[in-house]
Amino acid sequence: MNLIQIRNITKVYDMGEEKLYALRGVDLDIGQNEYIAIMGPSGSGKSTLMNIIGCLDTPTSGDYILNGKDVHEMDDDELAAIRNKEIGFVFQTFNLLPRSDALHNVELPLIYSGLNKSERIKKAEESLVNVGLGDRMKHKPNELSGGQRQRVAVARALVNNPSIILADEPTGNLDTRTGEEIMALFKELNLKGNTIIIVTHEEDIAKHANRIVKIRDGKIESDTSKKKAE
Amino acid sequence: MNFFLEIKENIVISYKAIIAHKMRSFLATLGIVIGITAVTLMQTAIEGINRAFESSIASVGADVLYVQKFEWFGTEDFEYYRNRKDLTMQHFEYLKKNSQTAVSICPSVATAQTVKYGSLDLENVFVIGSTDEYQKTLGVNMDDGRFFTAKESEGGYPVCAIGMDVKNAFFQNVNPIGKDIKVGSYSFRVVGVIEKQGSMLGLFSLDNRIIIPIERFFKQFGTKRSLSINVKAMDVNNLDETKEEVTSIMRKARKVPIGNKSDFGVNQQSAFRDTYNQLTSLIKIIGLLITSLSLVVGSVGIANIMFVSVKERTKEIGIRKAIGAKRRTILMQFLVESTVICLLGGIIGLMIAFPISLIIDAFVLPTAMPLWVVVLGLFISLLFGVLSGFFPAYNAAKMDPVDSLRYE
Repeated sequence: MNLIQIRNITKVYDMGEEKLYALRGVDLDIGQNEYIAIMGPSGSGKSTLMNIIGCLDTPTSGDYILNGKDVHEMDDDELAAIRNKEIGFVFQTFNLLPRSDALHNVELPLIYSGLNKSERIKKAEESLVNVGLGDRMKHKPNELSGGQRQRVAVARALVNNPSIILADEPTGNLDTRTGEEIMALFKELNLKGNTIIIVTHEEDIAKHANRIVKIRDGKIESDTSKKKAE
Repeated sequence: MNFFLEIKENIVISYKAIIAHKMRSFLATLGIVIGITAVTLMQTAIEGINRAFESSIASVGADVLYVQKFEWFGTEDFEYYRNRKDLTMQHFEYLKKNSQTAVSICPSVATAQTVKYGSLDLENVFVIGSTDEYQKTLGVNMDDGRFFTAKESEGGYPVCAIGMDVKNAFFQNVNPIGKDIKVGSYSFRVVGVIEKQGSMLGLFSLDNRIIIPIERFFKQFGTKRSLSINVKAMDVNNLDETKEEVTSIMRKARKVPIGNKSDFGVNQQSAFRDTYNQLTSLIKIIGLLITSLSLVVGSVGIANIMFVSVKERTKEIGIRKAIGAKRRTILMQFLVESTVICLLGGIIGLMIAFPISLIIDAFVLPTAMPLWVVVLGLFISLLFGVLSGFFPAYNAAKMDPVDSLRYE
């Protein structure tokens, strides 16, 4: 069974007099250990789709089954639990807590999972070592470079062993070289067995993925897998 | 997520937030500091007034009835009481003869006179005429010497027991026992000094008095004055029983027809207490309300700062929600933060109020900050922390994760 099953999802924003159709019926299946890029121009609905996949938002209609769990009708707190256990977010702007050091930032999802302190520290340290930041654990975000911050964010995304890593323009705030480093990190994680979904509008970034889904006007325009294309 | 773990984490988070905004947090909690200081000092002052009252009415004696023409704190016109028949020695003797439950009974009558010793004089001294049973009935303890005896009392000997004020005025460095003091043109030999009794509600001294045998009093100042007949009951629990008995004997003695109101008052300490409570309870409530107002103002300040804090940390809330914080977790985070701020304010307030209470105790009136006031102060700050934090925290909890992540 696929990790993600999305069936005929729509998302409509009610703007008073007019309705805004962000998604107009999307079907998408994503399997275990896939590396997929979702592309599209701004306003295409790709952010909305990402929010729904990431359980930050719920669809207006349609079905969404994530790792066997039917999430399209869950309430806020149930979605929070799903986000905590099943999804690791990596954002364009890193979204680290500025007053907390790297270790605490990575520890945070584990706090919300209710792990005890020693286990949390152990896992968070492992995760930071995994992304090559074993020597930066006590640094606060403003003491780290952009690439290092994004690595902290990746470590945070990984720490709870989520089903999917969901990265939204993960290189958008990084220079090309650092961006490539992050993409190499994702590649490595994918090879280790992680399922990775990247949302981007850059072809250069999307080409790292094994499958590219293009969205336009709230619908899937194309869905190409690299292996087939090659 | 475990509740206590959550609280612990939230305390750490709020500690960081407070440290990051030291000045703002301090200003936010200033209202609580002032409020708690005011409330606890108000309570300390009330405690002091209560203590002063208790020590004042101790001299009245909880187990003593005062049969008098007037009723203490009576509600009728003065004329009504004045037109009653005087209480006389006959009434006293009749009561003494017939009462079964009284431990001791004494009459007393008083006048204000100038007392002289050598070239010294003291004005407005309370000269009280009574019997030797005065000592037992009113629980008088001697500081020096003795009270006058039954023989001296019955014979109307010119002897007296003096209060501490009189001793201090005349006999600074001299032993007063055996000395003669003058009231009007008569000399009285001092046989004893009464222990210091303090003052009545801080208004007049209970030590500015001399006590002489009542027969001597009548000879010198006449018999026109109405007596007070003082009856000591076995103890406070028997007071009501004794009061009933005394009332019925006195009605007989004064020939009050059945069905008519008694033409005398049977007064007791609790009349003071009742009146005191009536007078002060309203003042206490108003005082607490006014001081509590500053707490309310303080809590509005906290709420205001918390709203700002929530708005400012919209992004943080978004991040926390994205990685799995539930509504309740966010709610708790901000509730704990406002509670910690309020509690800190409360602790600072107590730390300010406590030394002030020591100063009040030392220089104004004897008091102490009661422990329950400290506990109450902390509880109030806790309560106001939760109250003032609730709406901001609720706002934070129900934020949409997508919107708050997008917030810059």
